Amino acid sequence: MAYHRIAALVIRHLYLYRRSLPRLMEIIYWPFLDLVVWGFITVYLATFQGEMPAVVTFLLGALILWDVLFRSQQGITISFLEEIWARNLMNLFASPLTPSEFLAATMVMSLFKVIAVSMVMSVCAWLFYGYSVFIIGLWLIPFIMNLVLTGWIIGVFTTSLIMRFGQEAEVLAWSMVFLFQPISCVFYPMEVLPSWLRAVAWINPAAHVFEGMRGLLATHAPPLTSLSLASGLNLVYLGAVIFWFHHTFNVCKDRGSLVRVGE
Amino acid sequence: MSSAVVEVRNLAKRFGGFTAVDDVSFDIGRGEILGLLGPNGAGKTTTFQMMLGLVTPTSGTIRMFGLDLQQHREAILQQVNFSSTYISLPYSLTVEENLSVIARLYGMSDMAGRIDDMVKKLEMGEWRHKLTRKLSSGQMTRLTLAKALLTNPKVLLLDEPTASLDPDIAHKIRAILLEERQTTGLSILYTSHNMREMEEMSDRIIFLQRGKIVAEGTAKEIVARFGQADLEEVFLKLAREQ
Repeated sequence: MAYHRIAALVIRHLYLYRRSLPRLMEIIYWPFLDLVVWGFITVYLATFQGEMPAVVTFLLGALILWDVLFRSQQGITISFLEEIWARNLMNLFASPLTPSEFLAATMVMSLFKVIAVSMVMSVCAWLFYGYSVFIIGLWLIPFIMNLVLTGWIIGVFTTSLIMRFGQEAEVLAWSMVFLFQPISCVFYPMEVLPSWLRAVAWINPAAHVFEGMRGLLATHAPPLTSLSLASGLNLVYLGAVIFWFHHTFNVCKDRGSLVRVGE
Repeated sequence: MSSAVVEVRNLAKRFGGFTAVDDVSFDIGRGEILGLLGPNGAGKTTTFQMMLGLVTPTSGTIRMFGLDLQQHREAILQQVNFSSTYISLPYSLTVEENLSVIARLYGMSDMAGRIDDMVKKLEMGEWRHKLTRKLSSGQMTRLTLAKALLTNPKVLLLDEPTASLDPDIAHKIRAILLEERQTTGLSILYTSHNMREMEEMSDRIIFLQRGKIVAEGTAKEIVARFGQADLEEVFLKLAREQ
């Protein structure tokens, strides 16, 4: 890994954000809008506080954490799409840049996005609804780290599909993550799922993070089992999708499609 | 040990049942300009892409600086660059930002000084802070050429580098390339559909047809071998034989 090459790619993306309002909106406007809509729903539901205790904490906390996963995935796929839109893949991969360095740069961009979006949402949640995400305490750190990893996994997987199937598969950059939302049990516990779907959710690391968060808020018990499951699954999947990305990269080089991805 | 900087041996690329490049072998010496000539679909671009590590050959080897491209991709590509009329650089960045990203990608020291050199040499001063999307096609061609020369390559692959330039700028570009070759020993693989340019620039020419080399030598040797008046006549004869 050559860090100067990773830095070069990160700087290339920062140049883009520096003067692009639509790209900045992606970081500020959409997360803010999400928070406003869900915030009002939460305020309404809070009127039933007796029947559903801690509803504000559950829903707003879940929303902010879901956005961590979503933006983490977007950070990877949008960075790749930017190169397709700019027809820049040939310039990059005809340079000494390796596929691993490319992925590393998209992961750094993803982290930047997650940090920016989390700050926007946390501050807005506190200002408008008096909700502090830090109510979760230090457990917030491993929760976020795991969701970032899950976002990377979905992002690298989606990127590989776009690389393999071309720009036609571009829509996956926005839609793929929502395929995982029902089985991530973001806003409801895993036990409400039918048993067959519960089995599918169980192998989804994000579901364990959200289960862990709810458990922590409800009982204050350390979510060690949930975090262990989430971390273990994340590491296995991350290794698998990185391997698959490299394999897809080589298949595309063999078929000559790498230089035609944007066509 | 061979003195060739580039050694291509029995290179072939098949896409399913279609053979794009068929048993192609050639060398490029230090400071040599090799012209790659052929009609559209002859296999020039696929050869370029294989030499840049963007397409994996079906068989054959590509060695540069004595190293095999498959095994030493990073070390080789650090010393290679390319320019083509058919590529661009990110439109949302300025000319200078694009050059700065490329310089960082290749880990260049004295980045600012080298960018200034290129801007001056390719007369890009007036538009160095302009967004790339606002450049004319001729300016874009100059930018991609600046990107290619910026990294001090030892081997340069140029695909129709003067195609969209006016005669004055095209002449200046050719002069710059010849000067770079003279001062740095730059080796160049060059394609163009301008036969006069090919004669002027190339030390040797290889003519590709349907993926195979059908003629090789200096422009004069090729013209004499085919009994034609000039390189353009040879091109027309071979292209129409397809």
